[in-house]
This record gives sequence, structure tokens and C-alpha cells, in this order.
Amino acid sequence: MDRYGMQNQIACIRSLFDQGYLDEQFIQLEELQDDANPNFVQEIVTLFYTDSTRLIQNIELTLNSRPINFSKLDDYMHQFKGSSSSIGAKKVTSECAVFRQYCAAGNAEAYIKQEHAILRKKLEFYFQMMGQAAVAQTT
Amino acid sequence: MVLAESGFSSPRNDAFPAGLRVLVVDDDPTWLKILEKMLKKCSYEVTTCCLAREALNLLRERKDGYDIVISDVNMPDMDGFKLLEHVGLEMDLPVIMMSVDGETSRVMKGVQHGACDYLLKPIRMKELRNIWQHVFRKKIHEVRDIESLEGFESIQMTRSGYDLFDDGHFLSGDDTTSGRKRKDADNKHDDRELSDPSSTKKARVVWTVDLHQKFVKAVNQIGFDKVGPKKILDLMNVPWLTRENVASHLQKYRLYLSRLQKESDIKNSFIGMKHSDLPSKDSTASFGPHKAMNMIPDDVPNGTYSFSASNSLAQNVDLKGQGDLKGITSAPVAEPKGALSIDIHDSHEAKSTQMSFDHSLGSVDSAVSFASFNSTTPLQYPWTEIPEIQFKQECEPLHLENGFSQLPLPGPSMIENEANRSRIEVKPLLEESRSNFVEHLGPVGAEDLFPIQSKSQSLNNQVFDLISATKSSMKTQDVGLNYLADSEFALRNLNASGVGVPLATLSEDLQICWLQGDCYPMNYGLQDLECSTYDNPALMAETPFHLYDVLRFDHEHLFDPTEYYAIDQGLFA
Repeated sequence: MDRYGMQNQIACIRSLFDQGYLDEQFIQLEELQDDANPNFVQEIVTLFYTDSTRLIQNIELTLNSRPINFSKLDDYMHQFKGSSSSIGAKKVTSECAVFRQYCAAGNAEAYIKQEHAILRKKLEFYFQMMGQAAVAQTT
Repeated sequence: MVLAESGFSSPRNDAFPAGLRVLVVDDDPTWLKILEKMLKKCSYEVTTCCLAREALNLLRERKDGYDIVISDVNMPDMDGFKLLEHVGLEMDLPVIMMSVDGETSRVMKGVQHGACDYLLKPIRMKELRNIWQHVFRKKIHEVRDIESLEGFESIQMTRSGYDLFDDGHFLSGDDTTSGRKRKDADNKHDDRELSDPSSTKKARVVWTVDLHQKFVKAVNQIGFDKVGPKKILDLMNVPWLTRENVASHLQKYRLYLSRLQKESDIKNSFIGMKHSDLPSKDSTASFGPHKAMNMIPDDVPNGTYSFSASNSLAQNVDLKGQGDLKGITSAPVAEPKGALSIDIHDSHEAKSTQMSFDHSLGSVDSAVSFASFNSTTPLQYPWTEIPEIQFKQECEPLHLENGFSQLPLPGPSMIENEANRSRIEVKPLLEESRSNFVEHLGPVGAEDLFPIQSKSQSLNNQVFDLISATKSSMKTQDVGLNYLADSEFALRNLNASGVGVPLATLSEDLQICWLQGDCYPMNYGLQDLECSTYDNPALMAETPFHLYDVLRFDHEHLFDPTEYYAIDQGLFA
């Protein structure tokens, strides 16, 4: 890999960290990668992506149902929080926490939907970045 | 073969903890993969599964196949805490809980259920590196127990056989290893007589489903309230099983039942008490739960007072991990033969004790007082554990609430007053009672306690039955109902007043819990006993089949108030 390539890679990852999307956990994952599992990080990220997409779908379903099942929503968010912590998705994790608080309070639907939308957008962007990061990692 | 004195400094020690056999249970596939990788990097042998049931099957299939279990708390098919209990009961393996939720109450719950550690996600590799300490610690404790109980012989066996270290990590030589393994195999897979009884005793007992069933049957036969390790052992008729094995298993069993009861309570709970931020000892002092216990005597015969081997007391204390407990319990406890029930910690003793006194429940008074006294001792230490107390209290009120909405409330005003009284006011009462108890306690032997306790236990059971709203036979219903009604009322009042009661020293949560606890005792009298748990028929649905018998048995063991009275007379004559 040429110098620029490496620089790009580093810059990409660093931006994720700087923006608070990733935390030390991601570094941990990187450290776990070794000869036995050369694509470990990528595998994990892919796994996470698949799993969380499913989770988000469930969350959406729950949000769209009437009346909203807050406890279920809370469960999903808890799962999601756990998942996102696995790869060090700091922001997502904290957003989940906030979201759950609102769920616990049984707040207005509108707010939750709004928050969910925000979360979703962030997540999608996040996945994009992650995808880039994972790809950059393996190159 | 070269065997080290202590058995821990064998040549193979270098390998340990490498090769530690870990079972990881988590429904999150991402985490499962990460943990697997991390553990492999620690040179551990990893097995993963995403379902709790599957994990249990794996554990049961290979009795001696794992050294430690790491499990997530939130899983779809089974609650992590339940899995924890099962593993503790059946396999006696150290279990580590993990969750992204690090709320103190959850962590506390984990510890209460018997987890030897609680990790927060995201988990760092360094945290996993040290999990072997839990395996090691358990081994040491087993050795210690056996050595202390069986003396020289066991030490000899330990040296020569290293039976205790099933996983072979501590064996010093190949001969020993194979020999040990053979013995272990006998122990674990047979559940029956072993060729070498003395050596098999030392090996860690694996409580298979069959063995546990035998155990439960024996417990039922004896009578849950009268149960004791020796009796159980005799009934089980398993030659290689020692009294110590049974004692520790009984302890876990009680814990398990109390957990079930609590879970059921929590479901009905209307008060979401948080046990967080409980200043351990300090709160205890301010609460004066001890006192509450003393008060109980006047009240209703509190239910459950299970007795386990006396050494279990110490164990319980260890379980709870609260320093104060030990101190407290040792003092007042006269160590009746039957020993104190472990469940006392778990039970809502504290609750029952507090307010009930004023609530005279006629005939039961003396009996109750007597029983409560005994229970007080054990209760003492649960109280020191504030979190625990709170926890129980949390459950208790709920029960009452649900079960007795239609019950008449005798003397509600009394309850109310009690409830609204500050702890300090109540304290003197408690202290008085306590002194009374002491006097009464003197002449009474362990045997005497049993009948009372069983009675109270029955009563307690009844109460729980009611609470759980199951259709268990409630023979002594009338007695129980009264109690429940009172407690319910009290609870309501407490709830209404919220944290009104001036418990400045405690956090709001604590206060509420305490209040609730106060109410509870009112109704239950001898709450300190294990009351909450096993007797709840509602739990039957959840409990494994082998536990069902026990629960039912408890219900059958009902008594009527007159018995209390008789006992009372007898005791204080």
C-alpha cells in the first residue's frame, strides 16, 4: 500500500473516532485481528450490520404499531445498545440509552419517532463510515 | 508421582489457566464472536452458544466439560439470572454475568443470584484474562470446606488424589490426573455408589438432574421447614454424597427458590424500587431491621424459616458478601442445630419484622416471637445488606398488594401509624422485643424452633400462595389473610405517603424499600424467614419439575392458628 493509501486509511478511521462515532472498543477489535483471523474486524462489522439492520426493522415495526409497546421497544433498544457497544459504536450506544430513557418514561410517540429517525439517519451514515473503515482496513 | 503439599503448585500449574474451558452464552451474534476471539487469545478453550437452553443442555451432557460459564443477562429464551441459578444448582460452576446495562440494581441482582462476577459491555480483553480466578477460588473453597469438615483424611485424599480439581488443572502428575479423572467420572456420571467412597467425597459433586430430583424428593419427604442436610442425606441414600455436599446444595436450592419467589413478586410489583446506592452498613444501622425482626415476635407468625446446616450461615454470609452480616449473625445466632436458613437473607424478613409488632395476631404472637427470634439472628445479616433488604422488600409489598385487595384490613390505622412512624420511633420497640426474645430463646433448643418455624413457614407459604394468586390450598388462609390484609394496607399507605416517612439517612429508594419492608412485616410477622420463596405456587409454573414437588409440599404443610397458640404456650410456659 502506498503512502497515500495508508494515510487515507488512517484519516478515515481517525475521523470516525474524532466525531465520537467510535471508541476504544473498536481498537480492541483491531487488536484481536491476527493471522488466524486476518479479516476479523470486517467480519465483525458485517455481522453487526446484519444483526442491527434486523433490529432496526423490529424497532420500526414496534414504533408503527398502535399502541406502542414500550417494553418491547425498550428490549429492542437494549439489544441494540448491546450490539453497538460490541464494535465501539459510541454515539449509537449513547443514543440508545437516551432513547430508552424516553421509552421508560413512556413519552409521546412523536418524540420517539423523531428520535428514532435521527438515530436511523446517524446509523446509516455510521454504517457507511464503518463500511469504509472496514474496507480501508483490509486493503 | 510428585505431589505438592497444597496441591496448587504442581508442575502442571504452569499451564493453568491456559486451557480453561469456557462456555459463552449470548444471543447477540456479534458479541459471541468477539468474546470467542478474545477468549481464544487468552488461550482458553471456548464453546459458544446463543441460547440459554442450549447452554444448559451442553452443560448437562458434559458434566465435567466446562470450568466456567459466561452468560449475558438479557436473552430471549431464558432470563440470564435463571440460567445462572440452574448452573449454580446443578453444576456448581462459577458463572459470570455480562450486560450492557450496568445499573447497580442489576449488578446486585446478579450477585444475589450467585454470579461470581458481573462484567459490563463493552468487555475488554483484560477483563477476560482474569476470569480463571473464579475457577481457582471455587476450588480452594471446596478444598477448604472438605478439609475443615473431614479433617486429616480429606487432606490426605486431597494430596494424593486431587479429587477436588476436576478439571485437572491442578494435578501434578499424569498418574494423579488419570486417577482423578477416573474418580471424577465415577462421581459425576454415576450418581451412585462409587468404588472409593472416601475419595469420591472429595471430588466436586455434580448435581445432575437425577441427583437433584432425589434431593428434592428427600426435602419434600422431610418437610421443607424441618429439612436439614443430615436428614436429606440419609433419605437420599447416595453413598458417596457427603453432608457438606448436601448442605451447600441446600443452600443454593433455597436461594433458587427465593429467587423464584422474588421474580414472581417483582412481576406484580407496583413499586419499582431501585436498590442502587445503598450505603451498606450505615443504612443498616439506621434501618434497624434487626429491630424489626425482634418486633416480629409479637406479631404474626412469620412464615418461612428454613434451616440449613449451621455452616450454611457462614456460607450465606459469604454469598451476600456483606461484612456486617457476618458479625451480626454470629452474635445473636445461637446456631441451632438446624442452622439458619440461608433464605433469610433473601426473604423479606426485614420487612416483616418492622411494623408487624403492633399488629397483634393473637395466638401466633408468642410463637411468632419465638420464631422470629431465631429468625432474627439470621435476619440480622440480611439486613446489613441493604440492597438485599430492599430487594426483598420490593417484592414483598407487591405480593401483598396483589393478593389481598379484597381482604379486610384489621386495624389498618395501626399499620398506618406504624408505617408513618420514623424508624427511630420504631426502634425502641424492636429493641424491647429483642430483649424479650433473648430471654425466650434461652431455653429453646434448635428442635423447638423447628416446629415453630415450620408453622410460620406454612403460614408464610400460605401468604405467598395468596400473593401469587395461585390456587394453592390455603388451609390457614384465615391467618394468612389477616396478615396479608394488613400488609397490603400498610403498603398502600406507605405508597401513598410515598417517601414521606422521614428516613433522612436513606436515599429515597431505600426509604421506600424500608417502608415497604415495614409494612410487610406487619402482615407476615416472621418475615425474616425465607417466607418469600419456595412456597409460592405461582412459581410452580416456572420452576423446574423437580422443584414443583417441594413447593407443593410446602403448601400441604399448613397449620392453623391454634397450633401456633399451642406452641406459643409450650414455648413460653
